[in-house]
Amino acid sequence: MSDTIEKVSIIISKGSLEGIYPGLIMANGARMEGIEANVFFTFFGLDAINKAKHEHVKVATVGNPGLHLATWAGGVPGMSALVTHQLAREMEKLDIPPIPEFVEMIADSGAGLYGCKASVDLFHLSSDDFIPQVKEIITVGEFYGLAGGGQIIFT
Amino acid sequence: MTTVTLAGSTVEVDPEGFLVDAQQWNRQIAQEIARANGIEQLGDRHWQVVNFMREAYLETGSAPSIRSLGKTSGVPIKELYELFPKGPAKLASKIGGIPKPRGCI
Repeated sequence: MSDTIEKVSIIISKGSLEGIYPGLIMANGARMEGIEANVFFTFFGLDAINKAKHEHVKVATVGNPGLHLATWAGGVPGMSALVTHQLAREMEKLDIPPIPEFVEMIADSGAGLYGCKASVDLFHLSSDDFIPQVKEIITVGEFYGLAGGGQIIFT
Repeated sequence: MTTVTLAGSTVEVDPEGFLVDAQQWNRQIAQEIARANGIEQLGDRHWQVVNFMREAYLETGSAPSIRSLGKTSGVPIKELYELFPKGPAKLASKIGGIPKPRGCI
């Protein structure tokens, strides 16, 4: 195997803000280095490409020990929105785009965006529910076909 | 640091080939770096990006992110990747004689 990475296929499987960003940052970072990239959205990760939901992705404040917030406080109404808002403000300072813009940027960079067929069926969705940058809804087998010759990263 | 000769000038470069001193740069050097990185001839649109990156760096001390490059250079992201397939921010910095961008975005 070559000692440089030429191609990556990144799986985004979680629907929280902190679940979606790492995969997007890695995909964008790959393209910035001239590395070929595919992004496969599965399960709640589909929210990142769902037209109705991608603007409303939030930080999970319950069951998220990384926030160092008391469990009861995480469940206070509005807490998730508040933490998400604060984080979004900090990210804007670092020039990290909001999810809808970031996903579009990644598609424009030439990365392929794909939805997972099993999840799309499970949630009774269709390709009309997704942003136009999504190339195709594919099966896991087709994903492996696309990922051939590169590394797979699961997030 | 290594000293190399580019387009007849002696310049210092880092291990990845980025110029160490932005003042040693000129347009002939840019063209030679471009050719070594797979861009045979720098066109107007390439120059627009390279000049933008260089001016931003000389003004602020850091190279712009790919996001602001797409928003403010006048060249949209899709075209940036067509012009510089091996990474627009990185390659335009190299050609423009400024350090490699350190940002993750």
